[in-house]
Amino acid sequence: MANSTEFDSLSTESATVVAQPSALARVRANVSVRIGSSVLLALVLVALLAPWLGTVDPTLFDPASRDLLPGGQGEITTLEGDSIKHTFLMGSDGYGRDIYSRVVYGTRVSLIVGVCTALVALAFGIALGLCAGTLRRLDGPLMRVMDGVMAIPAILIAIALVAIWRGSLPTVVIAIAIPEIPRVTRLVRSLVLTIREEPYVEAAISLGTPTWKIMLRHILPNTVAPLVVQGTFICASGILVEAILSFLGVGLPPDIATWGNVMAEGRAQFNEFPHNIFFPGIFLAVTVLAVNMLGDGLRDSLDPKMAKRV
Amino acid sequence: MFSFLARRLLSTLPVLLIVSVLVFLLLRLTPGDPAAVLAGDTASTDQIAQIRTHLGLDRSIPAQFAIWFGHLLGGDLGESFYYKAKVTTLIAQRLEPTLSLALITITIAVLVAVPLGVLAAWRFGGWLDRCLMGFSVLGFSVPIFVLAYLMIWLVSIKLGWLPVQGYRRLADGLVPYLSHLVLPALTLSVVYIALIARVTRASVLETLGEDYIRTARAKGLPERTVLLRHALANAAVPIATVIGIGIALLIGGVVVTESVFAIPGLGRLTVDAVLARDFPTIQGVILLFSFIYVAVNLLVDLSYVFFDPRIRY
Repeated sequence: MANSTEFDSLSTESATVVAQPSALARVRANVSVRIGSSVLLALVLVALLAPWLGTVDPTLFDPASRDLLPGGQGEITTLEGDSIKHTFLMGSDGYGRDIYSRVVYGTRVSLIVGVCTALVALAFGIALGLCAGTLRRLDGPLMRVMDGVMAIPAILIAIALVAIWRGSLPTVVIAIAIPEIPRVTRLVRSLVLTIREEPYVEAAISLGTPTWKIMLRHILPNTVAPLVVQGTFICASGILVEAILSFLGVGLPPDIATWGNVMAEGRAQFNEFPHNIFFPGIFLAVTVLAVNMLGDGLRDSLDPKMAKRV
Repeated sequence: MFSFLARRLLSTLPVLLIVSVLVFLLLRLTPGDPAAVLAGDTASTDQIAQIRTHLGLDRSIPAQFAIWFGHLLGGDLGESFYYKAKVTTLIAQRLEPTLSLALITITIAVLVAVPLGVLAAWRFGGWLDRCLMGFSVLGFSVPIFVLAYLMIWLVSIKLGWLPVQGYRRLADGLVPYLSHLVLPALTLSVVYIALIARVTRASVLETLGEDYIRTARAKGLPERTVLLRHALANAAVPIATVIGIGIALLIGGVVVTESVFAIPGLGRLTVDAVLARDFPTIQGVILLFSFIYVAVNLLVDLSYVFFDPRIRY
């Protein structure tokens, strides 16, 4: 084990020396990164510009416009009580709500949940990983607890936590992030243990640099690339798990327009109106695919060896 | 070997203990009266008082854990106040559908993924390889319930080949049993296939670069023997590992699949228990699934000896 660690650090070091100036250029040239980030950019624009994309308030409904097929014409009642003409691009649901508007607004929820989940998991994972990697006495107990968390299937932790806390945006984000924390902690810990042996860290120690400064100034910056990659994958799984929770009826409250909620409402009428599930489903799949492609591309271009480590 | 077995078995005990502590704390550290939380929204005052005495909730947290853990060791997972039955009984009733679904899924996944992975590695960079890599990214990204509905729509509604939903017990006959399980198992196996095929491809690719492969080819062995006896056999350990790790993915998938296909298994029980806030049942199911996950990975560890005779414990 000691040998392979040594070998890893040697080869990483030599790779970094060659690759440093061109790392960003390689990321930019990567096809997966290009496709993934373009699609994501488009989705971010959709989320930001939602009110101007021919949508209506996603909570509006009109009993007269129930169960319209995609492209159907109908009316919708505004909050002021006026009836306005509206084209239901993706049809309407059993309450007469516009699926298109709900899907477009759902982009906001999914992107926010994905990014927040990744940030929360990374923040806790980095803090715990740095502790485990630097404070030897904490290492054993902390990592055993992490092993325990990892032994519980992630989705069950999320479901149970949301059941206890009841669904809201912060609770759903934290519930999805918690099962991801051990993986980040392990990654950061292993990176810290490798980087600690580097000559520049030894030099810093021998110069009497305080431990916290070594952690923040010398060790943390070198963990950025693998963490960005890991964060991308957490974002993808966060978006998926949120949709699953909402779909099962244990996620965000049904009045919030999320892809999972739209699909959950479409379940009862799936035989006649499969598009109620397929439109949000396609958005969801494309989003997760784009994030995964971005992650794959970043991994391949930033550090080819990481494919094996993660 | 026996000392290894003993050590490996002992090493899972701390993990199981920590899992138990976590599942215990999950409910005790929530605000409010744990007895009321445990009993769920449908419980009466009598039931809440009964739980309080049964679990010793007036004592300290460690003492409460000791009582709860004692019950657990005695095979008592508590009582569901929603179903008015013992959690162990509920789980036993729901075991058959879930086990059937999981076993059929694993069988399909291994039978499809391993040959695909080997072929992709064999013709590295070819069309099959590129298709497989594309498929695996797609397999990780398409949500399982979207895929499930796509399958139902295509196979059951449009083509009318298989029943839409539901479950028949094995005792009702093999054909209805299988016809109700094929579609959910196929749906569930997609992610698993993506995962196993990817790892198979990577590890076979690595062994194909070894000297003994060149030797085997040089002495004129048929390509089939080279691939199966030399490349795949030496790549078996990472494949077995990923099958074990993938069980976590499978358990998550079971929860969703059973819900979509209306299969009365443990996954469905989990969702129903969460919707009813039936905490003893939630605790029981989480513990069971986690223990299964740990046990499967223990078996995988032990299987290394079988796959790689060089590993001797």
